[in-house]
Amino acid sequence: MTPKEMVVTLRDRYADEIETILERYPAEQKRSAVMPLIFMAQREEGYITGSAIDEIAELLDIASTQVVSIVGFYTLFYANPGGMHRIQICTDLPCALRGADEFAEQVCENLGVKLGETTDDGQFTVEAVMCLAACDKAPMFQVQNSSGLTYYECQSADDVNVLVKELRTSPDDLDETVSG
Amino acid sequence: MSEFLLLRHRNIGEEGIAELDEYLRLGGFQAFRKVVTQMSPQQVIDLVKASGLRGRGGAGFPTGIKWSFLSDRFPRYVVANSDESEPGTFKDREIMERNPFQFLEGLMICAYASQAHVAYNYCRGEFWQLVDELQSKVIQLHDHGMLGDRIFGSEFSLQIHHHLGAGAYICGEESALLESIEGKLGQPRLKPPFPADRGLYQQPTVVNNTETLANVPLIIERGAEWYRSIGVEKSCGPKIMCLSGHAKNPGNYEVPLGTTFRELIFDLADGITGDKRLKAILPSGASAPILPATDVVLDTPLTYEDVSLVGSQLGSASIILLDETVDVSWAAMKTTRFFKHESCGKCTPCREGTYWMDRLLHRINNGQGDHEDANLLGEVAKQITGKCLCPLGDFSTSAVISGLELFHDDFTQHVRNGNGSTVELSE
Repeated sequence: MTPKEMVVTLRDRYADEIETILERYPAEQKRSAVMPLIFMAQREEGYITGSAIDEIAELLDIASTQVVSIVGFYTLFYANPGGMHRIQICTDLPCALRGADEFAEQVCENLGVKLGETTDDGQFTVEAVMCLAACDKAPMFQVQNSSGLTYYECQSADDVNVLVKELRTSPDDLDETVSG
Repeated sequence: MSEFLLLRHRNIGEEGIAELDEYLRLGGFQAFRKVVTQMSPQQVIDLVKASGLRGRGGAGFPTGIKWSFLSDRFPRYVVANSDESEPGTFKDREIMERNPFQFLEGLMICAYASQAHVAYNYCRGEFWQLVDELQSKVIQLHDHGMLGDRIFGSEFSLQIHHHLGAGAYICGEESALLESIEGKLGQPRLKPPFPADRGLYQQPTVVNNTETLANVPLIIERGAEWYRSIGVEKSCGPKIMCLSGHAKNPGNYEVPLGTTFRELIFDLADGITGDKRLKAILPSGASAPILPATDVVLDTPLTYEDVSLVGSQLGSASIILLDETVDVSWAAMKTTRFFKHESCGKCTPCREGTYWMDRLLHRINNGQGDHEDANLLGEVAKQITGKCLCPLGDFSTSAVISGLELFHDDFTQHVRNGNGSTVELSE
């Protein structure tokens, strides 16, 4: 079912994008492209796979461990799979002053998880994150998923319930996605 | 007291300024055309120096002087610092969303003055949609002959690229930001050498904050005298104040430097949520000492000098308000958690000290602390201060040390009462 045996490399799939990324930096400074390439590769599975790490290292003439260290250092890069949708709530001081902790608790309760956990169906992970530069519009969160990263501001727990309904893929669709 | 819209809307109330046609119609890119076709790089630097513009990212360093420090080597680079990650700061995002061309024009003028042919805009990763928008605007500028080779028929050529960060506060520190563009861990460099001598790829580099750059086209257009007429002598020009926390109307307020806390908080933002009493102010996000909301503090002008005179820093002017219900030991726990997470790990006092402070603050807030914990917390904080490569280490102790000094009871009440709040250990 999973097309593991078919080795489709990043180079096969994203040849043009890789070229565009590399063009931004001096030819002898290819290593600069490591972050944009990780972002690109992460779109595939929602996290960085071992083969993507090796391929990026090869593209940039650096060691795989150097790519791994970059993935580990930066918060937006993931070495492990999470939910299809990562709901990332800012609970830093300015947001917390406007009820972000209680909001996060409510969201977790409604989804039946604790902070950092993923729902049983693998669809939603709820995380507390650091400042997202939207302090005047708290409570707020971002959702990271295959379509990118979206901000939701001035939110209530009810708003999240509505959003979760919209985002939640029905089990039928989920099967389709996997088999398709 | 009135607000400006110079930086966010090019002084017009209506929307539409984010479109190139509208921006051009309102005189946009005349400043860039003027510098490229009529001024030498040195003349541009002298004009910006004369304007008194100071860096809006936090340090307040004079912008023109920064530009004049570049070593006599080529290629040179200019980098916009749009990493905006300080808790309580949300101004650069608004500039890039609502008035993107004024920021890009400022970056382009900076590149001309620095004789750089490549400019990078380092933007925090969460702003990726915004960066897509900016990239389409860069393409428009190429189509209009304002980027690319031989701009306006001159010898000057320029490319702008965007580089997305990936969630690391430390990359707002300029040398860490440069490391990050180079594809390395975002850890600060030992200074000197400064970026003006050895910056990106070890070449002379100017790094300026987004808001700083948005000021530059106005200075070219209207002159240094006009710019100096706004604000006060050493802190001039308009400044976006980000107001958050218990403000009745939180948001960005663009006012002349020298506006007082009281005018900003009570006249412009209508005071405190629920009309409660204001207890304390964090004037520069999580990074600078907490100020008590006394009359002296409230009547302090928001300038780099005056805020420092009352014991804190203006920084990036991310002003967080705490009302009378806030326990300052809890607020310090929040800022400490942030710095613990964001410490890059390079310097031991910051890496270990922020963990230690975090544990102590959790213990205190959980009602499990003993009488010595507040003192121990102060001791740990003092051992971090002044012992790290970059300011993040010092920042992490600001709220703790000032909080202990001004609101000591908030740190000891949980012990005394023996029934502190039930804050859970989240990590």
